[in-house]
Amino acid sequence: MDLTLTPELSAFREEVRAFLAAHRGEYEAGQPKDPLAWQRLLIEHGYAARTIPKAYGGFGAQPDILKARIIAEAFIAAGAPRGLANQGISMLVPTLLEVGSEDQKTRWIGPTLRGEVVWCQGYSEPGAGSDLASLQTRAVEDGEDFVISGSKIWTSTAHLADMMFCLVRTEPDKPKHEGISYVLIPMDTPGIEVRPLKTMTGYAEFNEVFFTDVRVPQANVVGGRGRGWQVANTTLKHERGMLGDPNATEARLAALIELMKTETVDGERIIDNPVFRDRLMQLQARVFAMKFNGLRILTDETAGLARLIVKLQGCELNHQVAALAIDALGELGVLYHEGPHLRAKGSWQRNYMFDLGLIIGGGTAQIQKNIIAERGLGLPREPKTVGA
Amino acid sequence: MRFALSEDQVLLQDSLAKALAELAPLERVRRFADDNEPCAGDIWAGLAELGLPGLLIDEAHGGLGLGLIEAALAAEALGRTVAPTPFLGSAVLAPLALKLAGSAEQQARWLPRLAAGEITAGVAIAEPIAGARDGAGVDAVAGRLTGRALFAVGAEGADLLVVADRTGGLHLAESAEATAPMRTIDATRRLTEISFKATPAEPLASNGALERLRDAAWVMLAADTVGAAGAMLGKAVGYAQERRQFGRVIGSFQAVKHLCAEMAAEIEPARALVWYAAYAFDHAPDEAPLMAAHAKAHTSEIGRFVARTATEVHGGIGITDLLGLHYWFKRIGLNRQLFGGPERVRETAARLQGLAA
Repeated sequence: MDLTLTPELSAFREEVRAFLAAHRGEYEAGQPKDPLAWQRLLIEHGYAARTIPKAYGGFGAQPDILKARIIAEAFIAAGAPRGLANQGISMLVPTLLEVGSEDQKTRWIGPTLRGEVVWCQGYSEPGAGSDLASLQTRAVEDGEDFVISGSKIWTSTAHLADMMFCLVRTEPDKPKHEGISYVLIPMDTPGIEVRPLKTMTGYAEFNEVFFTDVRVPQANVVGGRGRGWQVANTTLKHERGMLGDPNATEARLAALIELMKTETVDGERIIDNPVFRDRLMQLQARVFAMKFNGLRILTDETAGLARLIVKLQGCELNHQVAALAIDALGELGVLYHEGPHLRAKGSWQRNYMFDLGLIIGGGTAQIQKNIIAERGLGLPREPKTVGA
Repeated sequence: MRFALSEDQVLLQDSLAKALAELAPLERVRRFADDNEPCAGDIWAGLAELGLPGLLIDEAHGGLGLGLIEAALAAEALGRTVAPTPFLGSAVLAPLALKLAGSAEQQARWLPRLAAGEITAGVAIAEPIAGARDGAGVDAVAGRLTGRALFAVGAEGADLLVVADRTGGLHLAESAEATAPMRTIDATRRLTEISFKATPAEPLASNGALERLRDAAWVMLAADTVGAAGAMLGKAVGYAQERRQFGRVIGSFQAVKHLCAEMAAEIEPARALVWYAAYAFDHAPDEAPLMAAHAKAHTSEIGRFVARTATEVHGGIGITDLLGLHYWFKRIGLNRQLFGGPERVRETAARLQGLAA
């Protein structure tokens, strides 16, 4: 245990702070004035796409988790917008780097990093959720092309995306894990229809995507035909890390404390109510525990189990923070959408509902518990039922 | 920056685990519990060979000069094996009291013998930390102590007592008017009621050392719980892999395996919190009291969850004396209440941040 920074890392932190001070005029209220220009600037200085090779449009630095953390902390402290963190950057780019062809890497990684190409993820289907490998969207060979038919669900940015990275069944006669391919699909291809999927929040955070005879070159397959399951698994772990990010939870807890210090009932502050105060302290301890668990994961190679629990616990904790905020608001907690008494534009209410979706999405809490029990504790694996 | 144990710390962990497996197997713990021995001298002597009594005592006084993180690792190991030792009072709280508030002469007189394990020290500081029950409390007048202290740790057969008076002032006493064992749920450690009646005592410096002792005690109990909870999870997983019902091992049922996953998901972050609280005690004093409070309160909650859940995974055998799982269950239970239950400790956590009056 040594949580002090080496002189090199201290100097690096100063460098990041100086950069942010010098470019203070380029963002406002945590948002860049020109998002694409901001992204290019960050890449140029190594504050985005830091470890992506220069040849593919990144900054080309060696992976260094401590520097990555220093960058994250300095940006949070300055209220500066981070680089883009969409599914293209966090999931597709690492996949291409690992298993993409040279042509795929040079063509897609740079524009994706710069935000010029926006991606969506086509994994889940109405009939293939937790049991993702049973997906049915078919890609039938026709000359140089595949012809794709079927549908995807929970595709969050499909209405904005230029491209989709998608799992399709190319070998229907093979066992279910071996018949899948990972394919890149331009969203303007004829036969694709995107329908917004409105959730309990009242907003359409997701979409459904329907494919009717959508023609895609076979060259768009990543990592080899029939290898899609392995390819997808290289990136699912990145998504799970994203979903349990303790930094985001810490910021929300700070907002909750502020809320409890300012809201009053009959002139009494919420924080002065011992029941609410106790609940707040219980959550604060959990937030700290997850924060240090996160720090440990960064630098402790023996922390395998600690890594597996992040998605389960992090998403649950976010949900609980929002739940306490709604309870602290009391009757005001039922207000939503708009109105003179609404607090924080209804974001607590929306988060409370949206976070329940995150507990379910990206591998449900129950799937997470299977993973923890099987890979972390060595308990028997779930029986894998053979079938279509 | 590295949030991980150093090689030396891993080595300490390993050697303690090895020593405790030999010194304090369940049969030995059971004997201590059933025979009402005041102190398991053989176990403490064995641990003294590793330097445990002098872990926090500086090298000039014959100790190892290590920090609270190492002490937390030791507490975790002791909790894991429910080992009966005077560690908390004699190796952590008394040496810290002397280090923080003792004169050079007091340190020279007591620390070398404590470090060598020749003597043990008990610590009676429960009232000013957790509040006085049944009218307990000690008054100090002109170098003499009068009153009663409850829930003293490591005081059975101790050669030296560190005593807190009602105002939080600390004193060294070499004797007491009377001591009476307090029977608790947890037979692996002894708590004592001590009476003083104009008993001679030397004052330690009045410099707020009691709050540091409180923080250290909270971190140690938290670490003990993490160790005990980890052991209970390990036993539950082991049992779930062996026990067969309906023609399968019960660990293949999600109803059982999810309970195990939930325990692991609570223990891992709690361990990181305890490590950080111990680290902060020595390296980030501004954060230390809050982190100690959160570590104590949080491990009390997850400890209770793990203790009941691991017992439940064992089914009927889990509640029997034959299996002995109850020693861990009760150890965690005592850690929860001692030096303040979680509600009281969380109120301190709020106060430390200016969120409570």
